[in-house]
Amino acid sequence: MNRITAHCRISGQTVWRNGDLVFENRETDLPGFLLAAYQYFSGNYPKFYKMDNLSKLGWLAAEVLLQKNLHAGSYRPEEIGITLSNANASLDTDLRYYQTVKEIPSPSLFVYTLPNIMIGEICIRHHLKGESNFFVSPGFDAGFMEWMVNDLMDDHACKACICGWVDLLEDEHMAVLYLVEKGIGKEFTKETMNKIFQG
Amino acid sequence: MVQGNDRGSMRNENIYPPHMRNTPVYIAADNILSPLGTTTAGNFSQLSAGVSGVREHNEPGMAALPFYAALLGSRESFIKEEGYTRFEQLLIASIQPAVADSGIDPRDAKTVLIISTTKGNISLLETAAGKFDPGLKERIALHTSARLVAEYFGFNQPPIVASNACISGVMAILTGMRLIRSGRFEHAVIAGADLISNFVLSGFQSFQAISARPCRPFDRSRDGITLGEGAGTIILSSHRRYAGSIQVLGGSTSNDANHLSAPSRTGEELCHSIVQSLRRANLSAGDIDFISAHGTATLYNDEMEAKALTLANLQSVPVNSLKGYYGHTLGAAGLIESIIAARSLKENLILPSLGFEELGVSQPLNICSTLLSVPLKSCLKTASGFGGSNAALVLSKE
Repeated sequence: MNRITAHCRISGQTVWRNGDLVFENRETDLPGFLLAAYQYFSGNYPKFYKMDNLSKLGWLAAEVLLQKNLHAGSYRPEEIGITLSNANASLDTDLRYYQTVKEIPSPSLFVYTLPNIMIGEICIRHHLKGESNFFVSPGFDAGFMEWMVNDLMDDHACKACICGWVDLLEDEHMAVLYLVEKGIGKEFTKETMNKIFQG
Repeated sequence: MVQGNDRGSMRNENIYPPHMRNTPVYIAADNILSPLGTTTAGNFSQLSAGVSGVREHNEPGMAALPFYAALLGSRESFIKEEGYTRFEQLLIASIQPAVADSGIDPRDAKTVLIISTTKGNISLLETAAGKFDPGLKERIALHTSARLVAEYFGFNQPPIVASNACISGVMAILTGMRLIRSGRFEHAVIAGADLISNFVLSGFQSFQAISARPCRPFDRSRDGITLGEGAGTIILSSHRRYAGSIQVLGGSTSNDANHLSAPSRTGEELCHSIVQSLRRANLSAGDIDFISAHGTATLYNDEMEAKALTLANLQSVPVNSLKGYYGHTLGAAGLIESIIAARSLKENLILPSLGFEELGVSQPLNICSTLLSVPLKSCLKTASGFGGSNAALVLSKE
């Protein structure tokens, strides 16, 4: 049986790990919050500074999710998959990139005009090489995610999977990641996912 | 069949679950809408005759200087109905004939729509003159286009949108295959499209990734990509009335975990996807008769692919890239190129890799440079893209 062995939720400039509030900073704007959270949870990953806000949000959620949870050494890199979804794809950075086009188009922004770049950032940080998939839907589709991850794991395409929702547009942001493994944890069902999603 | 949330509770973890793991998944119908034609047959005959859709274009709205690309033509409207963007028209115009050919009913609860795209309606940003509001946010969203296309055909199930850079098309096909094998659906209509706009072209130009000439995959003088526009639709089905059609046997995605815009230095991760795909297809490297590579004609992509194919023991198998004919059609590429690969299997014809003259990768690949007429049974399609993404799938005929 596939289980949720850890989860992380970031919304309204608060960070929750396995249901516990572990960080908040509502006094600043979103970029200020992302930076403060990075300094609190990591502080030693300079690549963070060059990321767009969506990747920063996803990276942070994965950092909090995996910091104490992923059984390092129990999986090979290609045995860990990642399936993410959101509503606004990379629109936040699309807008920023297109502003630069009138002057000098920015290659460093253009690379972030794809939502799966966030998966790339998380994979680089945690050395994950397995199945990686990105989907867009108007809201978090827990039923689809439950099916997709179960199918990948039951098909032996991966032994562990990070899945969830990471969406960001201007100041609005919401990230909920689930670590799914064989083991001890909450039942991996759409009901459990939705309950965690709603906080 | 899958039983809701208690699935798997009594399962032996070491074998494939007792539902539909090995259900054959057939290509029931397909369509390509490209500068080379509006049907798969028309496209294939153009490719067989060596015709390319790549031309030099002078479009001040897209780029200050002339550029090579395979474009659909700016005034063309693809359907009669109003209220759809060019992107959505393109999807509808590609899906329509494929649905008609297949005989499936989109209203059937066992039929799902999957859309593959990278940038969808992004050109709306260009015409919005800097005014961004909630209406534009909604109109530009990929899920809005998917919903409009689904409503056009009357699909009952909410559509799925795959957006994973240049592997989107292959990933969408694999998702459709999984949805059918797991018993969740019986038919999947999978359509991909992307249009070239100032947004997209300026971005690739800013990377200095665009070749000054039509691209030359795997060639010694290759120096970058050529972009292209188009749409492709594949309808997958497990229904036995399609028995005898080309099957999708298996596939896999992977991530390099190395760099966002440069491919893996070793090709190990794409190789992993290939090996997984072969394992799932129950085939070995020796069973693959040809490979439809990603072959973007950037120095690093083609080199990485050469290493991956060699690692997978496929270095002597004939390889082509279709980018010389279509350019890189982004979210449509995996679909268009898989459809052509399936057609190649049917026709027992391997197409030459247009633009290739002299091997320009470190491994001695067997790049196909003339039209080869040989008996074919199985082929491999690969794709790689930004974000370190890789994908592979295996097609086969009975």
